[in-house]
Amino acid sequence: MNKWQPGASLNTLRRRAVMLSSIREFFKHRSVLEVDVPVLGRSTVTDLNIDSIAISSDGAQGYLQTSPEYFMKRLLASGSGDIYSMGKAFRDGEIGIKHNPEFTMLEWYRCGWDDHQLMSEVAELMKLLLASEDGTTCDVIKMSYADCFFDSLGFDPHRADLSDLQLLAAKLASESWLDETRANCLDLIFSVQVEPQLPLGVAIIYDYPECQAALAKMGKNSVGQTISRRFEAFFNGVEIANGYLELIDANEQAMRFERDTEARKRLDRPTLGIDQNFLAALNSGIPACAGVAIGLDRLLMGILGVDSIDQVLAFSWVRC
Amino acid sequence: MANYSTNEFRSGLKVMLDGDPCSILENEFVKPGKGQAFSRVKLRNLKTSRVLEKTFKSGESLEGADVMDQDMQYLYTDGDFWYFMEPDTFEQHQATENAVGDALQWLSEQDVCMVTLYNGSPLSVMPPNHVEIEIIETDPGLRGDTAQGGSKPAKLVTGAVVKVPLFLDQGDVIKVDTRTGEYQGRVK
Repeated sequence: MNKWQPGASLNTLRRRAVMLSSIREFFKHRSVLEVDVPVLGRSTVTDLNIDSIAISSDGAQGYLQTSPEYFMKRLLASGSGDIYSMGKAFRDGEIGIKHNPEFTMLEWYRCGWDDHQLMSEVAELMKLLLASEDGTTCDVIKMSYADCFFDSLGFDPHRADLSDLQLLAAKLASESWLDETRANCLDLIFSVQVEPQLPLGVAIIYDYPECQAALAKMGKNSVGQTISRRFEAFFNGVEIANGYLELIDANEQAMRFERDTEARKRLDRPTLGIDQNFLAALNSGIPACAGVAIGLDRLLMGILGVDSIDQVLAFSWVRC
Repeated sequence: MANYSTNEFRSGLKVMLDGDPCSILENEFVKPGKGQAFSRVKLRNLKTSRVLEKTFKSGESLEGADVMDQDMQYLYTDGDFWYFMEPDTFEQHQATENAVGDALQWLSEQDVCMVTLYNGSPLSVMPPNHVEIEIIETDPGLRGDTAQGGSKPAKLVTGAVVKVPLFLDQGDVIKVDTRTGEYQGRVK
């Protein structure tokens, strides 16, 4: 490998440009406003499993943003209406065949919509971007987390005992999962057992477990179990999108931040200051909305049928 | 030995797993967007040659294995052990039949093999990729039949049996690729 050369072919770079302009066209048509928010902020997310890259500017601490979410929600609170952002996001330590620490993220918010309406729009955008020249496009299926879990493993993930999940995770991976949290066990089992069995094409999975709500509102599923109104999209079994019926309650949000911070302390991970501007925006009131983020590099991998993220980036981290 | 963390797992790294030395073949970084990162690792158990897949949490570590690959010259066997010599130091090592394994059927004296040492003793032996060995037993050669595709089994001095073209005879020396066991050509 000649490291000075790009990982993506010139043809791939052209396909990338076409993808970006198709997305802009899609949203222009639907009157969703493109916003250009900072990638460098003074605060960052407290998510237990997402690490930010810290930087300093003139002695002040800052972070490369792991998504445009907080800035976009501050715009929503300011009355922006429907908005999208297409730009870079950064996550520390995420390096692998499907990961690059700097990646391109499309994120958008629809005011007054719920998660299912937004899933339909995600499906439409996917069909547009994945259409081949002869007009045929890929299948999009939609199913609940519980159903696709049950289809692969034969049990209900929401009802399963933690100890059973730990035993299964340990069997699939290693003994160190025997004392893991419910969320981590479910993630492992889902990644190792369920994802490889997802149908080809786009699969949208909704009603995530309560313990994996992140910034989604809670709700009840069709059989009355508490779930989070969170969904993900997969293309050929690879995770490409994550969306929520957004949590807009500032008190609940503050509580979740506290919980993250406690969990970080327990695990000896660095604790981070809570983004007070974001909380203040929620306090001032943000419209009911649904939002979703799509990893565009992953999507382009799917469009082109390539295995490595290095093949769709001009210069992945190993070449930088 | 040092400990290696998942982010140091590279193909070729030798580590201890459940008491056996293993060589890492592949390490895939996996991370659900909001979830915990982990590593799906393919390893080869160097004692059994079996390939296994394990999943580790990011940051977990394994102890390094005292395993070293070294080119050595095969000297001779006394029936119980096979003797190899380091070309620089002339130090000799005795390998068990188990360690020599499949290499046995290709070994001629003075061949240079790659010997894997574990805690200083031979754990496995890789024969040279190409060896030249005499045929000691095969059906009589069909003279002139050099063009057609047929083949027949031939037993070599070292014990291996390979498929060879019909025109070859007992006493001919042939070149074989030990990785595939395939006939490569006749050596004049």
